[in-house]
Amino acid sequence: MAQILYFGRLADVCGARAETVVLPAGVSDTQRLRDWLDHEKDAGGALRAGSVRLCINDEMVNEPSAVSNDDTIAFLPPVGGG
Amino acid sequence: MFRLQSTPLDPGAAYRDFAKAVADAGAIVTFTGVVRPDANGAPVRKLTLEAYSPLTEREAEAATAMAESRWPLLAAMAIHRVGDMAPGDPIVFVATASRHRRAAFEAADFLMDYLKTEAVFWKKEWTDAGAHWIEPRPDDHADRRRWG
Repeated sequence: MAQILYFGRLADVCGARAETVVLPAGVSDTQRLRDWLDHEKDAGGALRAGSVRLCINDEMVNEPSAVSNDDTIAFLPPVGGG
Repeated sequence: MFRLQSTPLDPGAAYRDFAKAVADAGAIVTFTGVVRPDANGAPVRKLTLEAYSPLTEREAEAATAMAESRWPLLAAMAIHRVGDMAPGDPIVFVATASRHRRAAFEAADFLMDYLKTEAVFWKKEWTDAGAHWIEPRPDDHADRRRWG
């Protein structure tokens, strides 16, 4: 099972900060994952937005990147502290 | 050096610890960011800072290392709060030390621009009108671009 993390406003949109999911056959890369989860979570495009970056196993990735059920995948909306 | 902290941040204590470690400095610059009391005319009740460990620490460590390689610093450090804060609470503390002042000023400025626009944090501001997430302003990005 894949662990999915939602940060910032995406946790509000998706109603959870973390969840485990079984990736369906065919959801094999970040683009397909975005499309599938956005539909599953009724996120209205929030998970497909280009401003949202993805981390796989705590590493920022260039997309598309492969994803599997062994991964922890984090959705990061625009960041900023201070 | 970079540290995430979930307990109240004491800039005075942070300064004293930093200064002790750079006894041969000729200049120490510090910056403290605090929670503003109002937003768009409404009183701020609370600010919540969220981070993503270990990514937040790893990238911020890289930014302090970049400052140390770009300017002749004796040391650079940042402490950043996570969790819930009230107006007036310190959110972030940056300190830089060098033999002469210019490097310390510029490196502290650079580190704050990094923290405002690239550091892996999310900020939620709570007012009587509700809560909303704050993202960097265009000015913050313009400030960050000054450093290339």
